[in-house]
Amino acid sequence: MSTLAEEIKNPLTLTDAERPNANALEHEAIYILREVAAQFEKPVLLFSGGKDSITLVRLAQKAFWPAKIPFPLMHIDTGHNFPETIEFRDKLVEELGVELIVRNVQDSIDQGKVVEETGKYASRNMLQTTTLLDAIEEFKFDACIGGARRDEEKARAKERIFSVRDDFGQWDEKNQRPELFDMLNGQIEMGQNVRVFPISNWTELDVWSYIQKENIEIPSIYFAHKRNTFLRDGLIWSAEDGVVFRAEDEKVEERIVRFRTVGDMSCTAAVESYADTIDKVVSEIRDSKISERGARIDDKRSEAAMEKRKQQGYF
Amino acid sequence: MEVLKIATAGSVDDGKSTLIGRLLYDTKSLTDDKLEAIERTSKQKGYDYLDFSLATDGLVAEREQGITIDVAHIYFSTASKSYIIADTPGHVEYTRNMVTGASTSQAAIILIDARKGVIEQTNRHFFINNLLRIKDVIVAINKMDLVDFSEDAFNDIKADFEELMDKRDYQDQKITFIPVSALKGDNVVNRSQSMDWYKGQTLLEHLEELDLQDIYNVGTPRFPVQYVIRPKTEEFHDFRGFAGKVYGGELSVGDEVVVLPSMTRSKIKAIYFYDTEYQTAPRRSSVTITLEDEVNVSRGDMLVKVGDLPIVDKQLTATISWMDSNQLTVGGKYVLQHGVNKALAKVDAIDHKIHPDYSGIEENVSSLNMNDIAKVRLRLNKPIFYDRFKEHRTNGSFIIIDSRTNHTAGVGFIE
Repeated sequence: MSTLAEEIKNPLTLTDAERPNANALEHEAIYILREVAAQFEKPVLLFSGGKDSITLVRLAQKAFWPAKIPFPLMHIDTGHNFPETIEFRDKLVEELGVELIVRNVQDSIDQGKVVEETGKYASRNMLQTTTLLDAIEEFKFDACIGGARRDEEKARAKERIFSVRDDFGQWDEKNQRPELFDMLNGQIEMGQNVRVFPISNWTELDVWSYIQKENIEIPSIYFAHKRNTFLRDGLIWSAEDGVVFRAEDEKVEERIVRFRTVGDMSCTAAVESYADTIDKVVSEIRDSKISERGARIDDKRSEAAMEKRKQQGYF
Repeated sequence: MEVLKIATAGSVDDGKSTLIGRLLYDTKSLTDDKLEAIERTSKQKGYDYLDFSLATDGLVAEREQGITIDVAHIYFSTASKSYIIADTPGHVEYTRNMVTGASTSQAAIILIDARKGVIEQTNRHFFINNLLRIKDVIVAINKMDLVDFSEDAFNDIKADFEELMDKRDYQDQKITFIPVSALKGDNVVNRSQSMDWYKGQTLLEHLEELDLQDIYNVGTPRFPVQYVIRPKTEEFHDFRGFAGKVYGGELSVGDEVVVLPSMTRSKIKAIYFYDTEYQTAPRRSSVTITLEDEVNVSRGDMLVKVGDLPIVDKQLTATISWMDSNQLTVGGKYVLQHGVNKALAKVDAIDHKIHPDYSGIEENVSSLNMNDIAKVRLRLNKPIFYDRFKEHRTNGSFIIIDSRTNHTAGVGFIE
């Protein structure tokens, strides 16, 4: 054996005695991504610019190194994204040398396929579904990789790793394929597609710990910053960029905040926080008492909000 | 941190969701907004206690019917371990979900209602956990508050359960009995004040002490190739890496290996995880391996160590758990997925079927319905490289896909 090989220690710490959480999950996610590349003709990675999809991109880099990620990224742009997220997205894509597809909710609105919501709680979050389904049809994608996690929400706790959608993008939660051991069945009919969730078993803290350990760059809005905001229903909303509807009696105040998720601006509330570094964010999450989706108004609409959206083809 | 995945099984109304909710509550894993939702809904329904089952019962249909209908995953952690609970339903028609939950778990909790004792479904849950060779089974005898926390009641149920144990194949299974009241919180996380006679551990204490090293099954290394990495760039012009996950044992640089099915021999040249080279790839690691020689390897092939060959055969006998509404029939043709490898399979014979109450076997069976478990002989269109399930959990199992529907129709454990 070469001396070089002898010099290489064995820092892969996935031994039985020491089985670090993030590591076991990382190896599982890489296995899943490789199954996608092997089993499907036209996979795509759904990229929102949020921490979960950024984590997916890193996992995909690891899964296929030294080759490039063998599928494009696709962003369904609501037009209401935090500007920081878009900047970040473009930089990342350039570094990776992968193809980025962007499809705009605004186009779906202009084509009359969807109607913009109005009023106090107007959001483009629901409208994304139509744009996404159209894009899947346009490019004939047979697998869409997403960053959803089972710990996020009750209906997602039942989601499979390979989740089959019909022609209309619908999720039939009563007729899901059983997933046994490591085996993933990606056989589908023409017109069907599979939503793939490689980080299904990660928790919010796992994602943050991974970002910390891997030193992954994320958009600045995840860190504490000064922002003009207003209060509604006990949640803090951004008063900048004019995307979130604000009534006249809702007073604008500057607060030190950060975002725990970066969805559509119109449905993503901020939290008060002084965590301005990744280390501080990780300890904040560790001590946190409000679940991540507690700051997403789209789930609060009704108790079964997420399940209903998923049946209609949401991410 | 270690991850422990636990399958739970119980019948309707024996308080499984309440037990899980109690675990989450007493380990302070419920966030404020979730706790508030539970308090609000419990109050709306007019309960005089908190309905912890609301923490886990996810789907609308479940809330309407008040039962769990599919495998749900629940996450919580303590200072020493991360836990994933696969919450599987207990009613008769959902054996398949129990098998599914158990297939990815390292431990199982079987719930018994102390008022009802060992019933047919207890037998079913135990049979499945034994069939899937779950090493650690915890029998939680629940609702002890409704039998006056009686030691005799606990011992009677324990004795009945031990009778079931004698009949099972996998005799090395470790079984622990714990008397609990999920509703009142006795012996779940905190010790009971009402059962001084019980000197054992609480449920969580037991889980905390499980030695994962002991649980993960060990065998010989198997490396099924998932994907061939050929960058075709100037820097990595000749790079041909075989991507896959290591099962059963570890592989190291310099190991002499055989490629199946071609039986070509070579040596491991390098092991990569991302852009770093490693000396050894431990079990369950997803790595990329290069070989010394230019050999033809593609998806579905397998690297094994010289002298450690699996069984290479076109015929096999397996215990099959059928999961599809379309029957399995003798003479029927299916796709068999063994790890990442696929073959066509024909059902040659059904040797016998396990009687639904597990009292014995039924012979002269020509078809299987959903939830049936049977010993089946299969013939394949090409040889696969397998181990017996009792020796190798991963390389000894397969799924059956019905190519008419593409559904995963069954799972098999190779004899």
